Amino acid sequence: MSRLLIKNGRVIDPSQKLDRITNLLIEDGRIVGLDVPGDSGAECIDATGKIVSPGLIDMHVHLREPGREEDETIATGTASALAGGFTSIACIPNTEPPIDTQGTVEFIHHQAARADNCNVYVVACVSKNREGKELAELGQLVKAGAVAFSDDGAPVFDAELMRRAFEYCLMFDKPILNHCEVRELTRGAVMHEGTVSMVLGLAGMPSAAEDVMTSRDIALAAATGGRIHIMHVSTSGSVDLIRRAKTRGVRVTTEVCPHHFTLTDECLRSFDSNYKMSPPLRSQQDVDACIAGLQDGTIDVICTDHAPHALEKKMRELDQAPFGIVGLETCLPLVVTQLIQPGILDWPTAIEKLTINPARILGIPKGTLQVGADADVTIIDPDVEWTLDPQKMRSLSKNTPFGGWKLRGAADTVIVGGRVKFKRAV
Amino acid sequence: MSTTPDSIGKFPPNWTRRHLLDLESLSAEEIQLVLDYASRFKEATGGCRTKLSVLAGKTVANLFFENSTRTRTSFSLAARRLGGDTVDFSSSGSSLSKGETFIDTARTIQAMGIDLVVVRHPTPGTPTLLAQNLEVSVINGGDGAHEHPTQGLLDILSIRERRGTIAGLTVAMVGDIAHSRTARSNIWGLKKLGAHVILCGPSTLVSKDWEQFGVEVAYSLDDILPRCDVLNLLRIQFERQYTRPFPSVREYALLYAMNRERLSRAKDDILIMAPGPINRGVEVTPDVADGPHSVILEQVTNGLAIRMAALWLCLGANAKAATESQR
Repeated sequence: MSRLLIKNGRVIDPSQKLDRITNLLIEDGRIVGLDVPGDSGAECIDATGKIVSPGLIDMHVHLREPGREEDETIATGTASALAGGFTSIACIPNTEPPIDTQGTVEFIHHQAARADNCNVYVVACVSKNREGKELAELGQLVKAGAVAFSDDGAPVFDAELMRRAFEYCLMFDKPILNHCEVRELTRGAVMHEGTVSMVLGLAGMPSAAEDVMTSRDIALAAATGGRIHIMHVSTSGSVDLIRRAKTRGVRVTTEVCPHHFTLTDECLRSFDSNYKMSPPLRSQQDVDACIAGLQDGTIDVICTDHAPHALEKKMRELDQAPFGIVGLETCLPLVVTQLIQPGILDWPTAIEKLTINPARILGIPKGTLQVGADADVTIIDPDVEWTLDPQKMRSLSKNTPFGGWKLRGAADTVIVGGRVKFKRAV
Repeated sequence: MSTTPDSIGKFPPNWTRRHLLDLESLSAEEIQLVLDYASRFKEATGGCRTKLSVLAGKTVANLFFENSTRTRTSFSLAARRLGGDTVDFSSSGSSLSKGETFIDTARTIQAMGIDLVVVRHPTPGTPTLLAQNLEVSVINGGDGAHEHPTQGLLDILSIRERRGTIAGLTVAMVGDIAHSRTARSNIWGLKKLGAHVILCGPSTLVSKDWEQFGVEVAYSLDDILPRCDVLNLLRIQFERQYTRPFPSVREYALLYAMNRERLSRAKDDILIMAPGPINRGVEVTPDVADGPHSVILEQVTNGLAIRMAALWLCLGANAKAATESQR
């Protein structure tokens, strides 16, 4: 019998509205109880001055395997997740081949088990081969363990297919995660359409390209009773649409990435491809809207959209370089630096968006420290100050715009299933 | 560097730029300085016809990732008129087709011992990235729809030669503003020197957002025509767009082509410019393009003058920086 006692930490568990300094006991991979005495004979971790949180969950990660192992593998991606404080991640199916069969789902699970880092949940394709033409075998995929469906990277552009997907998923109560972008409006575009793109002569993606599809998906979810999760919301218009849909009772949830509440399109003046992502960095007004959405609960989840790309791909001309940045190892510190330190969010609200909210959307038994739950725990050092050196990241790819940033807060100790899987080097 | 003739004078101490990437970041003084030196080089070479030797021993590489005859020839001739050597590297489209990044391509050429790279590329920002990754000087020879600084400078020089000054003039850029690097370089350069700039074209190709930079936006050429001292007629860049920005070329020509009838309603001394290549009959009719108001061919000569000055100034600043770093 293995026992682990986490002593004197500030235990924050939004799933039980818990926030107090106490001890947490883990036994045989499960949470046994709070408030146990400090001399219970177990192995001890002193968490004085630290925050003890349910293991963080990132519901939007591109692991690249199978098919693009030069960018990331399941082993390196999950190691990166641990270093960022995540005990569970959901991987997105835009791999090669895409995750649209039972066999591919099982392959992911096997590779994750071999890597033995963090838990990996699979988001499978909505459509066969991510082509947006016909539904993938969603029932078989659920049977294999898929927790949600998405053609991310490619929006589900056919409204009829989207409607069918919503209806069909009612049988399994699984959400559809959509990347909202009307592609006719973003052809050849590399950044947000606005004054900066005009001055730089770069083709822009108008906010309307996101808002039009957000609006469509909300209407379809409302009409079918299906569950829509709007991925990586980035515009004030979409935040507004989602806010209003929630008051009407539409089953809509959404997520935001740290770069969308931290950076604006002004960054593109450097022409650095590490500022190129989709959806793009938008205006300050959009950043403010994302922050307001985080504060009033419109935005349920903070996710990374971790999108590793090998250096040689990102070194190309801005229009040739792929979209996306890595995010697993910068998410928590950006939440602390950009949201908690300035008083935008308090710790319980931030942790809620990184634990129980994504767990509920995906329907996974995670994100809680309730007695009997899997012992996935992230001990956070809220005060440590450090400077990001991309070369020290565990991810195989180093494409981050935050290199050299002075950050605050980091994962100190990460426990998965009762075992310490990561300990921050001092 | 070889001795500079007296007519050019000493290297200006207030010029410190190793690269010429855009006009947005140049000061009015820097722009005037390039124009002044261009005029001196033009005079010292008998109108850009005879040779000097101020760039003897220097090699300029033309790194062109986009088709161009005019700009490349102009840079080559400018370098040779100053006694420099040139080498051309052209690759249609991106270096991607060969599996090499453009930075690798540029580094390869740098390793051959060149001193300055003129780069043209369909993607905005490419010259900036090269300047960050190379030791040698970089001059932007046009990057997508971003900037074409030597074109902006030569347009402004052509106006200054005819009018003596830029301040107070009303200059209209007409046509495809959205896709024009020439327009952007002219906007920054002309504004800094005190001109009133009007952007005129179909509403699909002229953004109202330009107004926040103190620029006038107009859709009707006929409305603004009587006020203009200069018209710069831009080519419609069909190759850079996915859908047609107006219903037909015929309709565009009806609204925006500079023809004899429109000329009769303009100021008597209006200057007609075009960065070329021109679509005769679309932006401008042949009689106007070849008529007395046209400065289109002077622009070409001034292109040589501006490029001589730009090459000399950037190479000089680079040499100065190298000497200082050795101290």
